[in-house]
Amino acid sequence: MLDTHDILETIQMITDESLDVRTVTMGISLLDCADPDGEKACEKIYKKITTKAKDLVKTAEEISATYGMPIVNKRISVTPIAMLLASAPDADPVMYAKTLDRAAKEVGVNFVGGYSALVHKGFSAGDERLINSIPEALACTDIVCSSVNIGSTKTGINMDAVKMMGATVKKTAEMTKDNMCMGAAKLVVFCNAPEDNPFMAGAFHGVGEPDCVVHVGVSGPGAVRAALAKLPKDASLDEVAELIKRTAFKITRMGQLVGNLVSERLGVPFGIVDLSLAPTPAVGDSVANILEEIGLESCGCCGTTATLAMLNDAVKKGGVMASNHVGGLSGAFIPVSEDDGMIKAAQCGSLTIEKLEAMTAVCSVGIDMVVIPGETTAEVISALIADEAAIGMVNTKTTAVRVIPAIGCKAGDVLDFGGLLGYAPIMPISNYSPAVFVNRGGRIPAPLQALKN
Amino acid sequence: MEAVITVVGKDAVGILAKVCTACADEDVNVEEVTQRILRGTFAMIMIVDVTKCKSEITAFAKRLDELGKTMGVEIRCTRQELYDTMHRV
Repeated sequence: MLDTHDILETIQMITDESLDVRTVTMGISLLDCADPDGEKACEKIYKKITTKAKDLVKTAEEISATYGMPIVNKRISVTPIAMLLASAPDADPVMYAKTLDRAAKEVGVNFVGGYSALVHKGFSAGDERLINSIPEALACTDIVCSSVNIGSTKTGINMDAVKMMGATVKKTAEMTKDNMCMGAAKLVVFCNAPEDNPFMAGAFHGVGEPDCVVHVGVSGPGAVRAALAKLPKDASLDEVAELIKRTAFKITRMGQLVGNLVSERLGVPFGIVDLSLAPTPAVGDSVANILEEIGLESCGCCGTTATLAMLNDAVKKGGVMASNHVGGLSGAFIPVSEDDGMIKAAQCGSLTIEKLEAMTAVCSVGIDMVVIPGETTAEVISALIADEAAIGMVNTKTTAVRVIPAIGCKAGDVLDFGGLLGYAPIMPISNYSPAVFVNRGGRIPAPLQALKN
Repeated sequence: MEAVITVVGKDAVGILAKVCTACADEDVNVEEVTQRILRGTFAMIMIVDVTKCKSEITAFAKRLDELGKTMGVEIRCTRQELYDTMHRV
């Protein structure tokens, strides 16, 4: 028996509160496309992607229309390309990136992730070549996303890779400086990267995954904020947490339904639902606004970490019951340029990079979509990556850095990436030099937390 | 196979009749109707059987959407499972 109130609530969540399924991401293993001849490998990659994902966009759109819920993005994640490069020592890595770009455009997806390397303990054949090629690969492709995992709780932090990534981020921004430094917005540096993440730019298809799989990432900060807005201002935090849980449950159920339907229609196994609150630059669809609704004057003020910790936990508790397989990043995202409330908080100065760093200890990912001054040195970026990785390593969670050095811009300028990537002001960052630390290289040993057996 | 048609907007003469006519044209059987005025807004929910629907449900939904626009109301037609999953454990 359907309840009138329930039906109207769902419709309101979709029409007025920006509730949507953020992404349906098909993970495709490319392990069987490895070939010593780079051109042959690329041919196989193109063929496999365009075969497996042929109907992905069409199916997702049909389901969206039939069930009345928006599915915003359709994406593809693939096996880290560095693994394929390992068997082709003479191949040009950029050719692989171009192939991914071409195949993804052919099937009509928004992004393809997996121009990646996993180097948390060290470099194997192919890894260094891939990392060195990232700036060019991201500059000459449109929808390819890249990620590099430089640390984990089990292995510690590979500081040689951290050093390389600081320079890589900077060079990537420089090579795309005529296009809002966009390359850096498609590059994520991870600690504890999940293998089944459906969200970009960090998605890749892990080696433990099946040949082909469908993951779903839900969204819905707007729906959570709207639900909280109806709660009296003197309601206790127990009630606030309860309401977030209830709303997260409903949001996640929608994602689970979509995942099952897509998986059934494409005949591909269903992977996971990523229980995430992924904001958009649309007014009201903001994680920062949720924190403000709980009772902060502006995101970034004292109390931000505590409210975010509660929000993140309640989202997981509500969501986990709604889905049979949970994975990916699962938690609240805090990408500055993609969140209307965060943009405003950064503009008025209440939100700083230091506060964002603290927030990353209790939420889903890390320093995400933050625009830093163009003159920031590669060493400073490396050290920021190391700080974030340390938080992830010690807390056994995923952390990441996706910063965009605004090459050629001055303080107060705004970079506008357009679409879901949004826009952001340049945020100041401490420029005292960590060069000696970064240049030492080596590996930060795995913490005691790694010894669980 | 059931679907839910919701009509939300400003009350006007003949909304129910027009929606029902559209359903009848497509061989869609109306099983339940509930209608209310919520804070001045007309809200109607119909549970319909679309098993014998002459066109694809997406095409039917599009037709209703266009009909809604001519009356200044918003009409949505979606499969019923969405509501079931979201609100039932």
